[in-house]
Amino acid sequence: MGVLLFLVIVIAASIPLAWLFRATLVRTLPHDIAIVARDMPLTAAFGLLVIGVYVFVAVLAPVLAPFPERAVVGTQFQPWDSTHWLGTDRLGRDMLSRLIYGARNTVGIAFATTTLAFVVGSLLGIWAALRGGWLDQGLSRFVDALMAIPSLIFSLLLLTIFGTTVMTLILVIAAVDATRVYRIARSVAQGVVVMDYIEAARLRGEGNWYLIRREILPNALAPLVAEFGLRFCFVFLTISSLSFLGLGIQPPTADWGSMVRDNATLITFGNVTPLLPAGAIALLTVAVNFVVDWQLYRASGLKEQG
Amino acid sequence: MTGDVLLNIKGLHIEGRAGEDWLPIINGIDLTLRRGEVLGLIGESGAGKSTLGLAAMGFARDGCRISGGEITFDGIDLRAASERRKRALRGRRIAYVAQSAAASFNPAHKLIDQYCEVPVLKGMGRSETEAEAVTLYRKMQLPAPEEIGFRYPHQVSGGQLQRAMTAMAMACHPDLIIFDEPTTALDVTTQIEVLAAIRDIVRDYNTAAIYITHDLAVVAQMADRIKILLRGDEVEEADTRTMLANPKADYTKSLWAVRSFARPEAPPPKGAPLVSVQGVRAGYGKVDILHDVSFDIHAGRTVAVVGESGSGKSTVARVITGLLPPRDGQVVFDGTPLPPDYRARTRDQLRQCQMIYQMADTALNPKLRLRELIGRPARMYLGLQGRALDSRVRELLDLIELDPDTYIDRLPSELSGGQKQRIGIARALAAEPQLIICDEVTSALDQIVQEGILKLLDRLQREFGLAYMFITHDLSTVRAIADEVVVMQHGRVVEQGPKPEMFAPPHEPYTELLLSSVPEMDPDWLTRLLAARGGTVQAGAPCSGGKG
Amino acid sequence: MHAVLVMILQRLGLGVLTLFVVSLVIFGATELLPGDLASSLLGQSATPETVAALRRQMGLDQPAPVRYWAWLTGVLQGDFGVSLASRRPIADMMSARLGNTVFLALYAAAIAVPLSLILGVLAALWRNSLFDRVANAGALSAISFPEFFVAYILIFLLAQSGYFPSMVRLSPAMSLGDKLYVTFLPALTLTLVVTAHMMRMTRAAIINLMASPYIEMARLKGLSPLRIVLRHALPNALAPIINVIALNLAYLITGVVVVEVVFVYPGLGQLMVDSVSKRDIAVVQAIALIFASAYVLLNLTADVLSTLTNPRLMRRK
Repeated sequence: MGVLLFLVIVIAASIPLAWLFRATLVRTLPHDIAIVARDMPLTAAFGLLVIGVYVFVAVLAPVLAPFPERAVVGTQFQPWDSTHWLGTDRLGRDMLSRLIYGARNTVGIAFATTTLAFVVGSLLGIWAALRGGWLDQGLSRFVDALMAIPSLIFSLLLLTIFGTTVMTLILVIAAVDATRVYRIARSVAQGVVVMDYIEAARLRGEGNWYLIRREILPNALAPLVAEFGLRFCFVFLTISSLSFLGLGIQPPTADWGSMVRDNATLITFGNVTPLLPAGAIALLTVAVNFVVDWQLYRASGLKEQG
Repeated sequence: MTGDVLLNIKGLHIEGRAGEDWLPIINGIDLTLRRGEVLGLIGESGAGKSTLGLAAMGFARDGCRISGGEITFDGIDLRAASERRKRALRGRRIAYVAQSAAASFNPAHKLIDQYCEVPVLKGMGRSETEAEAVTLYRKMQLPAPEEIGFRYPHQVSGGQLQRAMTAMAMACHPDLIIFDEPTTALDVTTQIEVLAAIRDIVRDYNTAAIYITHDLAVVAQMADRIKILLRGDEVEEADTRTMLANPKADYTKSLWAVRSFARPEAPPPKGAPLVSVQGVRAGYGKVDILHDVSFDIHAGRTVAVVGESGSGKSTVARVITGLLPPRDGQVVFDGTPLPPDYRARTRDQLRQCQMIYQMADTALNPKLRLRELIGRPARMYLGLQGRALDSRVRELLDLIELDPDTYIDRLPSELSGGQKQRIGIARALAAEPQLIICDEVTSALDQIVQEGILKLLDRLQREFGLAYMFITHDLSTVRAIADEVVVMQHGRVVEQGPKPEMFAPPHEPYTELLLSSVPEMDPDWLTRLLAARGGTVQAGAPCSGGKG
Repeated sequence: MHAVLVMILQRLGLGVLTLFVVSLVIFGATELLPGDLASSLLGQSATPETVAALRRQMGLDQPAPVRYWAWLTGVLQGDFGVSLASRRPIADMMSARLGNTVFLALYAAAIAVPLSLILGVLAALWRNSLFDRVANAGALSAISFPEFFVAYILIFLLAQSGYFPSMVRLSPAMSLGDKLYVTFLPALTLTLVVTAHMMRMTRAAIINLMASPYIEMARLKGLSPLRIVLRHALPNALAPIINVIALNLAYLITGVVVVEVVFVYPGLGQLMVDSVSKRDIAVVQAIALIFASAYVLLNLTADVLSTLTNPRLMRRK
């Protein structure tokens, strides 16, 4: 029951927060953006607010954290008190500080990975759609074969081979995820490539680079941006899961997935502390999903709201 | 014909949702329909004619709501009636025939099962319903009426599906049928059969009907009375003959006037042709679409390439532009053979031949401003930069009758359909070509806008001595603008020659069929035509048949 | 019917080809290993002679195609080779665990598939109602939760107070009822995650379908809502729904890895994670092949089934 009550309180508190945030945006932003903000559902406002807070915490982590990331500052598993607001972990490090640094590490690595996957995947996808023919066929069949292996399984296989440093983690997850991005970018670009204005540009004698830059990319951008949000969620969850399994971000770097793993024993004693980093992961993913849902809704112009 | 009132609509208001707001679609329309009467509803896209038709069934699409007025069907107040009561009327006493039968039949069930659904629910026996279905299929002149019901929708052609859907609507002998553009998606020769079948069956069963279309000539054949709509308002209403002979409102007159546009005769061709298509055979995969196609286009003249869907007329354009290299034959431009593939052509060869597309929406990059859309060819081909480019773009906007200061930095989405098509023309002109290929450039536009585009193209042709290749399925457009006509069917040129010869007998059989199938603004046209064709309607591929 | 048979045979052929390519990729990935299996096994202190001896023993001195062929023919006969870490035959290590994993996946699917189909269809029919909004927000949140978060919340709520065990100990002597009870929490975790996905996709498929002109036609024929759904929507919804189910069952494969670790469930996923941390590439390879094959076969089945329910494909012109 306690959990339910907690949930109700959280939701009850976040609605006025989101409302206030939206009202502030409408007041402060220039007119043309404020119009968009005004029509934004509360869920999206909440999502934007949460993302903003995460970015803020990640950037200012050293200032905000009361203790250093890796220092042992107390005894093992201290309870919540006035010095260590969220207690200490298995080694006696401050939980709150590690939670704050985790925002920087976990989110930063996930963001870098998604960006890498996106640049590679979408450029290849658009290129394949534009060129067509054997290049498109070859690349697409190759990607299909890679996608026939579930992504977590494939990542595990590659991590076994290359080892689990942060660099290999980023490269491996980005490579696996780029296949998914490729698929989507290609299908979006194919929708654009069949348009008459592309044919007109080709007949005019334009080169591939102009076609990609001026004709295709501007028209493929909106769906790709929404997709970026979705892929970020997916990558973020994958990296967290890998860290939780002990195969992702390695100690002593503070990271939410491995914090859950290290302190999981506390849960069976009725202590919620290890759930906090997991909750931090969930909250950010929910927030991004809310914003993406709103963007997709705007893009499709469907008459329904979430 | 002048029985009691069946349907009475008074002061009807319908609104559609746009985001958080409701915008009006129908603003206070009255409509009265007697038993056995056929009312034609005419309007351009966005006039609200389909919405009004559905409202006659007490139905509003998702995102629309009936916000005011009365709808009374045979004494029943449809606005107050319960959903159950309305359901009991629909399909039984009021039936609906949709624009696209192919999409409106459920792909998972046989035609006969969909036919029988409502009658059987109403309590009729399955076998007698099936027997009646065969009778109706026969009346609708469907081939093999005993057997066709046992096919699935995707196994039957578009024109036949449209007739099967009319038969399905007749199944319960309704008092009223709503026809929502039933022939718009069909070719002219197919359209005739469907029109004739619909007209006969509505008369035989003395069913009242609302016939919705944007085509005046079609409605003239079908309706007793015509009502004209413009953006949710009624323009005027009169019985068909009065309306055709003596339209009152300016808007109505302008609809009539479109058909009368005709340009002066172009000077006769002199010297060698500008473009010569010689013995072209082309296609995709293993299939040949074009077989031995040859014709010439002279400078300053318009060649109209006419045919129905699947005739290969657009494929010819792809061969000329180099998008589809031919298997045999060649395209000669100004005396030199063009390389078959556009990628092998020089920049100047590309410049000489420009194209205007049917759908201006997809032909203009929605993310580029007019400045770049129009300026790009001038910059690429003619090397214009900075101030010179700017003034050239302004000059081009002037040419297409759009104010440069207002429009130069707009996006295509900020223009109307006709304005977008003008931008397509300006972009073609910017390259300073000798030949412009116009691919159905007016068929997506409302009639009044069409006229403006045709006049503009004509003026530009005289000013710059342009040659046009005009691809169209619409013979009234051909009559308006062509100097020479090339008739195509199944990828072959059936007949070609100067326009006056082509529009005067004797004709090739296919040309005859095509010409005679174009509806005319004469209420007796269909009756006369059917009588001339001997009561039976034959279309598609007449291999034999005399001259008209 | 003949054309369909040909089409299904084509699909099956494509499936076999995909499996072959997948095996190539999985085997080929090992070839990317920086250095050499033998030297990484023995560590830096090993002498060149011992490394060479191990290489010979493991067959690493053979060219790659030969080794691939030997591996593939072995796998097809049920011989997955020997674990690098424990030197035990991989097939023995996997056999009991494979059964456990399949049991868990089927358990979760048996709850999730009917539940999510019902919720998805209801949400689509009562679109924009309170039920739809709550179900949607709930599903969106559940999708956003990492599996281990869901698992620990369940442990916190249901295991800590002693209703269900938080660690799964299976023994062959257990009755089915006991087994279902012991594995309830992991199955529930998987169910929650998969149901959310499946519900959203079902809802989207149904809404998409209800917007088609033939549904409007059915409404204009005055048919009752129930009849419209059962007779006009459902026959056309089968293919999309089959695809949704297959996609999510495939998703279970990924979910199972994390959930098995949380609940210390003796399945393939846990074995895989252990082997990754030991860098036991032979075992990882074998399990990856099994998971990937299951994934390919699921998608293949969905493909064939949705072909069979499509009247356009079943009855050619």
